[in-house]
Amino acid sequence: MLGFVFASPWIIGFLVFGLYPMVMSFYFSMCRYDVLRIPQFIGLGNYDTLLLRDPYFWTAVGNTLYYTFVRTPLCIAGSLFLAILINRATTGARIYRTVFFLPSIITGVVVSVLWLWLLNPQYGLINSTLQLIGIEGPLWLQSPEWSKPSLVLMSLWSIGGGRMIVFLAALQSVPPHLYEVVELDGGGAWQKFRHVTLPMISPVLFLWVVLEVIFSLQVFTEAYVMTKGGPLNSTLFYNLYLYYKAFDDFDMGYASALAWLLLLFSVLVTFVQFRLGKRWVYYEADPRG
Amino acid sequence: MNRRRGRWSSVVLYAVLTVFGLLFLIPFVWILSTSLKGNEQIFTIPPEWIPSRFRWENYAEVFRRMPVLLYLKNSVIVTVLQMIGIVGSSSLVAYAFAILRWPGRNMLFGVLLATMMLPMQVTMIPVFVLFKQFGWLDTFKPLVVPAFLGGGAFNIFLLRQFFLGIPREIADAARIDGCSEFRIYWNIMIPLAKPALATVAIMTFMFSWNDFLGPLIYLSEKEKSTLALGLSMFVGQQTNEWALLMASSLLMLIPMIAIFFFFQKYIIQGFTMTGIKG
Repeated sequence: MLGFVFASPWIIGFLVFGLYPMVMSFYFSMCRYDVLRIPQFIGLGNYDTLLLRDPYFWTAVGNTLYYTFVRTPLCIAGSLFLAILINRATTGARIYRTVFFLPSIITGVVVSVLWLWLLNPQYGLINSTLQLIGIEGPLWLQSPEWSKPSLVLMSLWSIGGGRMIVFLAALQSVPPHLYEVVELDGGGAWQKFRHVTLPMISPVLFLWVVLEVIFSLQVFTEAYVMTKGGPLNSTLFYNLYLYYKAFDDFDMGYASALAWLLLLFSVLVTFVQFRLGKRWVYYEADPRG
Repeated sequence: MNRRRGRWSSVVLYAVLTVFGLLFLIPFVWILSTSLKGNEQIFTIPPEWIPSRFRWENYAEVFRRMPVLLYLKNSVIVTVLQMIGIVGSSSLVAYAFAILRWPGRNMLFGVLLATMMLPMQVTMIPVFVLFKQFGWLDTFKPLVVPAFLGGGAFNIFLLRQFFLGIPREIADAARIDGCSEFRIYWNIMIPLAKPALATVAIMTFMFSWNDFLGPLIYLSEKEKSTLALGLSMFVGQQTNEWALLMASSLLMLIPMIAIFFFFQKYIIQGFTMTGIKG
């Protein structure tokens, strides 16, 4: 029984800040609610408007899917690439690890302000460097075509963070004798990577693909600070739209419906990933084998 | 490792590592360089890396235009209270999940893991309404009180893994000697778990110091604003004042970088302890 006492902070926290709000937000999602007046039940009205009559909703969905499905593979591959490089380095590995990790501690508002300046079309570091080698850089965040790639590029600055550290640890835990087997069979570096490294680290890769998809779907701060959703709504991401609906328009019912659709979609995507994961993720039957 | 691998491939390896290292470091140099420039040096092509004159007065100007010390005080209050709350409550709860036996433990642990997947947007609106009804808007309570109630699924999970690694015999021996559970937790487990607690404390610092959405929703009075929120408002007011924006960003960055260099070990450990098992 003492266990309940020790766990009680979390149990209370879960009831008050987890379960209760989830139930309430489901109820709000079927109401018209502006915080000042009592919620007014309207059934599936919000969902109906969202899915059928709200062009911004579909813009936000499109932008968020674009960001998620472009960013996730790039940042997983990027982190893995750096981890492989560090794993091969015989001297100075710690120094490289520290240097690669450093950008990832800069998050939120600071990284947004910094990249706003780096990506400045006229005087930013990126375009003025491109100009030195005779390339006219794009307008980056000020162009509807380049705004989303700009945000993906910015997030690639931190590929050396926690994800890379975990990949590195996974690479180091691959038993060396497996590589020797490939060598005996006359396999080269690619065969070693494809038939030993990749299967052995696939559980870790899988976990991070699942996590990064969820994180990317929730992108918010960068867009709020850097673009406010523009230009031409090209960075109006799902959570930014939700925030505007909730805290600018005080349309809490509508925003709750948005939140629930996001939850359902996240659960669905995760479920599909676990199904697909069975095909490519290799779990050792006995880790000590 | 393969000893026949040529000298060339190792030259290529170090060249690529160095190029990436430089690419990652350049923006830091760029912040510092921009923050010390005047407008006439900022808007030049090609860019000047080392300004001909260091304008340290840019930093004074930031302090004049933005109540930096007030924001700093607010950020420190929120961050420190969150760190205390999260380290305290997550270690207590982790102890319950790792060491104690009680009905419903495994079921509740499953619920805990599931909450890690929950987008905070789903709970955000009712929680906002709740805090509004409590009259807690424009106070630090909405940011601080939840920290004392559980301390986050990720931290509980991390500490539980650590407690599971401590030999059971230690707690059992203390129990036979008539030690109460709370004393085992406080006098035995907490001292043993110091490295893991340090990891949680530092990760919490990193998160709270940079947290934006929380302060944005709950703090609308300027007097209550944190550094992250204050900086975002500053961006809106100072268009094209890049020197001042970089100077203020750097001010906010310094504690982060300092903590990183002092406690790097614990940060790295935090990721390897939780992420490897998959």
